[in-house]
Amino acid sequence: MTQKNIVEIENLSFGYGNRMLHKGINMVFPRGKVTAIMGGSGCGKTTILRLIGGQIKPKVGQVSVDGKIVHKQDRHGIYELRRKMGMLFQHGALFTDLSVFDNVAFPIREHTKLPESMIRDLVLMKLNAVGLRGAHKLMSTELSGGMARRVALARAIALDPDIIMYDEPFAGLDPISMAVICDLIRTLNDALGATSIIVTHDVEEAFSFADYIYFVADGVVAAEGTPKELSKSKLPFVHQFVHGEKDGPVPFHYNAPNYKKDIYESV
Amino acid sequence: MDKTTLDIWVGLFVAIGIAALMGLAMKVGNLTSNTLGETYSVYANYENIGGLKPRAPVKSSGVVVGRIDNIKFDTKAYQAVVTLKIDKRYPFPKDTFANIYTSGLLGEQYISLEAGGDDHFLKEGDRISKTQDAVVLEKLISQFLYNKATEEPKK
Amino acid sequence: MNPIFKILSNLGNQVTSRIWRLGSAARLFFLTLIYSGESFKRIHLTIREIYFTGVMSLIIIIVSAFFVGMVLGLQGYYTLQKYGSSESIGVLVALALLRELGPVVTALLFAGRAGTAITAEIGLMKATEQLSAMEMMAVSPIARIIGPRFWAGVISMPILASIFSMVGVMGGYLVAVPIIGVDHGAFWSQMNVNVDFRFDVVNGLIKSFVFGVACTIIALYEGFDAPPTAEGVSRATTRTVVTSSLTVLGLDFILTSFMIAH
Repeated sequence: MTQKNIVEIENLSFGYGNRMLHKGINMVFPRGKVTAIMGGSGCGKTTILRLIGGQIKPKVGQVSVDGKIVHKQDRHGIYELRRKMGMLFQHGALFTDLSVFDNVAFPIREHTKLPESMIRDLVLMKLNAVGLRGAHKLMSTELSGGMARRVALARAIALDPDIIMYDEPFAGLDPISMAVICDLIRTLNDALGATSIIVTHDVEEAFSFADYIYFVADGVVAAEGTPKELSKSKLPFVHQFVHGEKDGPVPFHYNAPNYKKDIYESV
Repeated sequence: MDKTTLDIWVGLFVAIGIAALMGLAMKVGNLTSNTLGETYSVYANYENIGGLKPRAPVKSSGVVVGRIDNIKFDTKAYQAVVTLKIDKRYPFPKDTFANIYTSGLLGEQYISLEAGGDDHFLKEGDRISKTQDAVVLEKLISQFLYNKATEEPKK
Repeated sequence: MNPIFKILSNLGNQVTSRIWRLGSAARLFFLTLIYSGESFKRIHLTIREIYFTGVMSLIIIIVSAFFVGMVLGLQGYYTLQKYGSSESIGVLVALALLRELGPVVTALLFAGRAGTAITAEIGLMKATEQLSAMEMMAVSPIARIIGPRFWAGVISMPILASIFSMVGVMGGYLVAVPIIGVDHGAFWSQMNVNVDFRFDVVNGLIKSFVFGVACTIIALYEGFDAPPTAEGVSRATTRTVVTSSLTVLGLDFILTSFMIAH
């Protein structure tokens, strides 16, 4: 029985040592939808992706993928779950000693026994989907940032995953590349019938393609909703974020003693 | 670097390594001689083994025919018991002499086997009864001085 | 009182953190052994690494061996001739190389050249999230990245040490026979008689094998454990050289005592 939500996060708490990064997060990611996780830097957005992928274990609560609780799986179980996921890392994380072709072919060669001729077709198809079929002979070190990220995306979808995760896909890209990635996220999701989870802090982009958005602040989900709902939200945090205001619930000044005192004290 | 070039280089590397090892074993070491052969052990007792050490050669007519395996002390007879490992290719008669000689004047000491005429040959575990101790320099000198002293009055 | 307390706690911290790292490295070692099947099933991965650690180290090993052999020949001759034993120069060169200099110097050079390359490569892969990406694609980085490099180092080291010893002997020969004038026959025959295959050649091989395991695991661990920053990786490469060198010298003493006692 296929559930409505392919990924469910229940009452998740995670932290390092004494510092709790998350304090009870609840999220659901319905099948076939594009969901964005937004929030300020360092609020633990990327960590949520790692928790879904099973790279780290939660302290409290659980993450379930396709009905299976991730941190309870054994090594074999986790690898099975990961076969259904494709992840796009922040700067691509392509294998530097391999060519573009070999990078995209990597997951196919590792997990299937397909003959090279079929692999070739598959790789070129995936590269075509991201518009880089002509670049398949280049070495990954010869690519620009935007191109590298697109190749990484082709690699992430090589095995037609059910879940595609994006870690800050727009960070450091020029407007054209940004538009390209934006378009690809939506198109690929619908073409593959997959579920996409994007971690980002780019408001304009996220609002343009996401079906649903979660705002994370102070270790909890501060707000959630469709882009339309959120842009009209009166919540101060959401308002500051969406409209890019300099000062608000997230203060401009880092914690400091009284200004006058600080200046005049040091005599 | 394509696959075949890589394979060739690595193959060459391993081949050179094995060649070096073979070279070391044959030219430098003594692999060709005694370690490939099977040996039999015999024992010999000595009053004084001098500077004889384990792994010293056992020679006959100057040719290495074996090695000293170990040297022990017999508390009942108060003698040194030397175990000789001789190559199975060289059988020696039971009345063989096992003498301790020195290579050169101050070189390392070894055991020299001089074959006798017995029809029976030494077997594994046998004892060589005819032995000659090592020459101890101090005894030689005191012998020389003693001879000199006893000679003088003849003038 | 306070500064003394600080120094003591610092010292204690250093010791405990070193022990912790030792345990961590041991864990990596055992995991590598367990996942070794992959390194041999996909033998081409291992072969590729043998090229990068072994073949690329050949030049430095051969040149160094040549010089070391020649110096041994020179120094050895001038000392031996005082005792009239200049004909034993071959023995001196061969034994010094086979028993000690071959395995040890090769290991030190290996740590400097191949070890640092391994640490930097793995550290960089960690920093650019390549190892993470591999994990997320359900491929074990230990099986696919660490394993082949480990076996490549373990296989390359004895080969390099043998080559070092052989080239060193030839260097010694070059100085002793054509240049100084020691008799050609005496050089080789003395050597032949006094070098024992089991004790000298094989023990040298055992040493280089052990050094290979140690240096490679240290290099792999430092890379794997390095903080994912530029500074972290550069510190890790320095640590590889220092730790490998000290470990090799320490192990050399332990192994030598063992071997001499038997």
